Amino acid sequence: MHELGIVFHIIDSLKEVGEENHLKKIAKVTLEIGEVSGVLEEYLQSCWRWASDRTELLKGAALTVEKISAVTFCEDCKQTYSTTEFGKTCPYCKSERTYLVAGNEFNIKEITAC
Amino acid sequence: MEEFKVLEIKKSVFSCNEKHAEELRGQLKEKKIFLLNLMSSPGSGKTTTLTRTIETLKEKLRIGVMEADIDSDVDAKTISNLGVKTIQLHTGGMCHLDANMTVQGLKGLGTEELDLAILENVGNLVCPAEFDTGAVKNVMILSVPEGHDKPLKYPLMFSVCDVVLINKVDVLPYFDFDLEICKKNILMRNPKAKIIPISAKTGEGLQQWTDWLLNEVRAWKK
Repeated sequence: MHELGIVFHIIDSLKEVGEENHLKKIAKVTLEIGEVSGVLEEYLQSCWRWASDRTELLKGAALTVEKISAVTFCEDCKQTYSTTEFGKTCPYCKSERTYLVAGNEFNIKEITAC
Repeated sequence: MEEFKVLEIKKSVFSCNEKHAEELRGQLKEKKIFLLNLMSSPGSGKTTTLTRTIETLKEKLRIGVMEADIDSDVDAKTISNLGVKTIQLHTGGMCHLDANMTVQGLKGLGTEELDLAILENVGNLVCPAEFDTGAVKNVMILSVPEGHDKPLKYPLMFSVCDVVLINKVDVLPYFDFDLEICKKNILMRNPKAKIIPISAKTGEGLQQWTDWLLNEVRAWKK
């Protein structure tokens, strides 16, 4: 359910890009997705196939996903660490004053189109 | 045959929705309508809290309510019995509302002569947090039986909220719910969050909540 809503948003954004650049056809779309953005690629792919094939611009377009690792920064000891491994608590100094610096991305990186 | 070329986009998937949300907020400011986005998990007491809120404020503000659910209209019926304008929005399986759906909902509701439009979002702590609806303020309800660890499990929801209502405090003695730990967990995610413990059933804390809402609506209309 969640992925389908997101796919509709991707398609809306691409339609805008298509109009701005006078595109007729988009053959390939590359996304950048953060590890902790909460999106499952498998579901995203099947929703993509279903929804994109229903548009003229994106019919048959391939979807490629590039993963971005999640990194958290600790405000106390100023070090960064892997979010998926250690979560909110800094593995170096046990502080919880930490915040995510990468891994929540959900971007359209590039498209191949004419 | 035209040649395919690579175009760099570098654009957030949510940017389109965020643009629509900003446009909606601009229109609401012009029309002096305050849109409140109310979020929570299912069963947290959203509709009961809303009922008590409307009872307190309906003499002071002209209120309209949009009830978003995947299906059914039980909540809309409950709210319309209070004598305020109500509309049921069906998301048709979608787990959240976005700015465009909210615009359509407001059209259906009819915003003429309204001071406060309340959007009761789909009961869900994940997706509604990701999509800006165009609301002026975001409020969520966390109820005692859900546990004080929810801010740790659903960090985004707690970080986008202006106010967190901790509902059902009347049953605190029966649950291992630590109010202080809960507050700490919320503030860790969102230092600016205003936390108000309430009981929609007994009325505890509701005055502080409705005062906040009334002040916010008045400030927005200035």
